[in-house]
Amino acid sequence: MTREPQTQQQDSHKLTVFRNTYDSDNTVFSPQGRLHQVEYALEAVKQGSAAVGMRSKTHAVLLALKRSSGELASYQQKMFRIDDHVGIAIAGLTSDARVLSNFMRQQAMSSRMTFNRPVPVNRLVSAIADRAQVNTQEYGRRPYGVGLLVIGQDQSGPHLYEFSPAGNSYEYFAMSIGARSQSAKTYLEKNFEAFEACSLEDLVRHGLHALRETLQQDKELTIHNTSIGILGPAGVHEQATAASLGKEGVFRILEGESIQPYLDSMLPKEVPAPVHAPGAAAAPAPAPAGGEPAGEAAPEAAPNPGEEMPGALPTDDDVNMG
Amino acid sequence: MADGHQHPIEHRFNPYAENGGTVLAIAGADFAVIAGDTRQTEGYSIQTRYAPKVFKLTDRAVLAVNGFQADCSEFVKRVMQRIEWYRHAHSKQMPLKAIARMIQTMLYGKRFFPYYTYNILGGIEEDGTGAVYSFDPVGSYEREACRAAGAASSLIQPFLDNQIYFKNQTPAPGAAPFVPGNLPIDVVLPIVIDSFTSATERHIEVGDGLEMFVVVAKGRDVSQLASLNAEEIPATNPGEERVFIVRRELKKD
Repeated sequence: MTREPQTQQQDSHKLTVFRNTYDSDNTVFSPQGRLHQVEYALEAVKQGSAAVGMRSKTHAVLLALKRSSGELASYQQKMFRIDDHVGIAIAGLTSDARVLSNFMRQQAMSSRMTFNRPVPVNRLVSAIADRAQVNTQEYGRRPYGVGLLVIGQDQSGPHLYEFSPAGNSYEYFAMSIGARSQSAKTYLEKNFEAFEACSLEDLVRHGLHALRETLQQDKELTIHNTSIGILGPAGVHEQATAASLGKEGVFRILEGESIQPYLDSMLPKEVPAPVHAPGAAAAPAPAPAGGEPAGEAAPEAAPNPGEEMPGALPTDDDVNMG
Repeated sequence: MADGHQHPIEHRFNPYAENGGTVLAIAGADFAVIAGDTRQTEGYSIQTRYAPKVFKLTDRAVLAVNGFQADCSEFVKRVMQRIEWYRHAHSKQMPLKAIARMIQTMLYGKRFFPYYTYNILGGIEEDGTGAVYSFDPVGSYEREACRAAGAASSLIQPFLDNQIYFKNQTPAPGAAPFVPGNLPIDVVLPIVIDSFTSATERHIEVGDGLEMFVVVAKGRDVSQLASLNAEEIPATNPGEERVFIVRRELKKD
């Protein structure tokens, strides 16, 4: 007997029961015209830790939260250099990400070899999108379980693209993917009009604020769990290495001590006042201490708008998910 | 033959050509110089007065290629690609001895239709010493203190043997014995320039211009290069080895 397939808005952990009959094969549509395997692949992206990307007129930046499976473990790499003018941040299955980044590197190199010019970024992103689409239409294959944010530079300036396992790619001014990324998106939507004219430092600061929104309680951005990828001319904190970055500003990944100045530039997290004021165990007005990264135990008073159900998220010791 | 062509003579397309030119490299204690002229010829014609034969691979490695220019430029592109893959895979620059061994495997891979290139790889080893590796077209290689290759190699190599290895020289009475491999930059660079100007005089395929790449070890003082009008090539990893390029004119006749 067939059940009525449920719509997407239900809790994700209940969905599988009702979509059973149409979701095992990639090549089977549901009566609603959906490919559930592809949608499950999109869920895999949501399981990865958050990544944020944005661009201004002169720069494009990526910021990512690195997950570690425990105190003794290293943090999972979230960013890859593809070429001097292209970099990516990943969310989802790291092994799939490696395969895709390898392919992108091959494409970038072969374009340079054949045409003596760097590969146009939109062409590169279309190439992986086309590859990913094949996996949504061939029997026996599974879609890629990773989403990418791609930043790249060409004659018309910096660009940001999102790639999804569905085989779609779109260009954005700002975007975020991964766990609790909706919170970051809300921040980006509020602030993106300012990005165009931002300096590199301000752009990174906005990105860190957006990334901070995706953190769980009691967690904060540190030099160990944060990665920053930058494309564009050398910034204020990069003057020592400015010559090696060139006029265009090749893609570079900042980790560890070198991101401390950016973390220090973050503004304290604003906590909205609770609706009913007296007697509520509410958070105080914006924290007085200057420049501290987020982590105050405030969120219970003001839930982030548009938050997904936290139910099905993996614990941090899932080593396959980055 | 005096037989009036009574037997068949095979005519075949020759896949190789000789494009002339000369390259040389000399290793010092903490630097290396890799130089090549810029003339490209075929037969008695000059194809161009400026075709580079020396290429920077990494902040610490420079490759000079000479022989059949089409094979040379293709080979350099492939070496550069392999070095880029190494950088992707290991997040660091490829060490010099690894590049040397890789070049051997790439050349021997075409043992039965070789790259017609005489390669000389120069740069700084992981221990900070200057090094020169020279190759034959099918990958036989060796680390040396100096090597000249190309059209005028038979003119220049004996000069280098005398000046760099101190062959056929005896120290003045009471003086210390010679120690090859320790000459300073301000002695080595004039030797290089004199090698090329002399080769230009006597060999028609050498001339037009000279490009010398100087690779210096980390932290080494570079003030001697300032007086030579050296241009620095920006490093990929600043604060490590550095690469400079010095250009000179050579006679055009």
